Amino acid sequence: MHSDSPDVAGGGPDPAVSIRGLVKRYGNKTAVDGLDLHVRAGTVTAVLGPNGAGKTTTMETCEGYRRPDEGTVRVLGLDPVADAARLRPRIGVMLQSGGVYSGARAGEMLRHMAKLHANPLDVDALIERLGLESCGRTTYRRLSGGQQQRLALALAVVGRPELVFLDEPTAGLDPQARHATWQLIRELRADGVTVVLSTHFMDEAESLSDDVVIVDAGRVVAQGDPETLCRGGAENTLRFTGRPGLDLGSLLKALPDGSQAAELTPGSYRIAGTVDPQLLATVTSWCAQHGVMPDGISVERHSLEDVFLELTGKELRR
Amino acid sequence: MTATAGPAGPSTAAATGAGTYAPAPGAAPLLRMIGAQAAFETKLLLRNGEQLLLTVVIPSLLLVLFSTVDIVDTGRGASVDFLAPGILALAVMSTAFTGQAIATGFDRRYGVLKRLGASPLPRWGLMTAKTLCVLVTEVLQVALLAAIALLLGWSPHGNPGAVVALMVLGTAAFSGLGLLMAGTLKAEVTLAAANLVFILLLVAGGVIVPLDKFPDAAREVLQLLPIAALSDGLRTVLQHGAPVPWRDLGVLAGWSVAGLGAAGAFFRWE
Repeated sequence: MHSDSPDVAGGGPDPAVSIRGLVKRYGNKTAVDGLDLHVRAGTVTAVLGPNGAGKTTTMETCEGYRRPDEGTVRVLGLDPVADAARLRPRIGVMLQSGGVYSGARAGEMLRHMAKLHANPLDVDALIERLGLESCGRTTYRRLSGGQQQRLALALAVVGRPELVFLDEPTAGLDPQARHATWQLIRELRADGVTVVLSTHFMDEAESLSDDVVIVDAGRVVAQGDPETLCRGGAENTLRFTGRPGLDLGSLLKALPDGSQAAELTPGSYRIAGTVDPQLLATVTSWCAQHGVMPDGISVERHSLEDVFLELTGKELRR
Repeated sequence: MTATAGPAGPSTAAATGAGTYAPAPGAAPLLRMIGAQAAFETKLLLRNGEQLLLTVVIPSLLLVLFSTVDIVDTGRGASVDFLAPGILALAVMSTAFTGQAIATGFDRRYGVLKRLGASPLPRWGLMTAKTLCVLVTEVLQVALLAAIALLLGWSPHGNPGAVVALMVLGTAAFSGLGLLMAGTLKAEVTLAAANLVFILLLVAGGVIVPLDKFPDAAREVLQLLPIAALSDGLRTVLQHGAPVPWRDLGVLAGWSVAGLGAAGAFFRWE
């Protein structure tokens, strides 16, 4: 389901978000430092990064809250600050926290937000969809953290936007609520809504998004679809055991350039390279030709988390 | 070019089944947005116990207490004729300044102003809605307080147009100051400061204690307070039937320009 990843917006429809050379400073601290980002229309893009990497600042610049110090930001082809009045009705925004009158009830807040839009979703159905039926009459300050998150998500989508920005949409959710949120995001995508979300959860980025953008220290350090990113950061490995002393030179000839093969201990082999279905098929057919039964064949793939930690380092942030 | 809508659906779509979330963006008509915002904020305000204490209970109690018990010498005539205009001024201050400052301060603190900033409602539309909310609340306050005062034997005089002009300018002056406070200070500081200012101006602004009880030097200064100008102006018209009190209107206009100007310049939305 993941389409080929463009590192830059190629042909096709205009990008939903196009950021070039964004710089944003707060005092003498540089929050975003020359960031480039392109979001294809109709996709889900996950922005990953350690705390303080500039994720929220970048999203808030797209939402029109911050004026870039340098660079250009275009959202649906519009300047988020200068064209705010035209852009706002077309986007949905979920802030990291807050955004609701503390004395407002969940249902009435959602109904109110619906009234600010021309063609809102059916509020009752949305409430049911997000499992908020039980808190329709509960004031915001009495909702649990997870309920507040779901209400904020509902507020972001109720106006039937083309593009939604979700800042850590599943932070603090229990597994059920998290999956309900994921399902909603998938439905948004299926219906043609472009989704930009920030998250700390690798599995979320991996399973939801077409594109993953890893941000660190205000810059994009890697971008691509999750598959490519997991292949790209470091090589994956394939291991198997068989008869000792196999002719690895012959195996290497069959494998793509850049692959490596080694007999680690007698009878224990490791192939390193781009481990994809082709490579696996090549190895097994080579084994078949040579009358080798590859026991315990296993593929070790790098998870997105490995790639993330490799790119952003393991030291704790702030 | 506001909408590149997907399949055109009915104005509300069932939230199940494919196509539910197909984009159909667009702002509601501006007047409808402002009306909805004003109605929503008014509903929240009228449901808020602390706000009602400030805007309804305290003015009503003061009116009844000081009209029926001879605590402060209010000069010649029935004390309700002196007190009612002052209490109306207090009602304007309680809603336009104290209540609005506290509510807006907490809206800002809880990210409501920020979130609404990303909604189709423009900022000036939000401020218009807040003003409407204040005006609606004031109309309700005036109706209630006037009814209580009439029951206590109040006999108002004067030109209703002058009364409306005073209250509108008073609302503008207090709104500017309240929003300046809400938009620059932390919500907790606004809460404390707005209540403190309310009490200080209640005592020293000619609301229930005539300004001529103060030493001349103090009075000269206190007269320039917006609450003093409003209560004095209302009293001049309603108690003495005087024509338009230009001096008081001038003081209120000055505060309006200064307050709204400063709020416009320094208000921080988040």
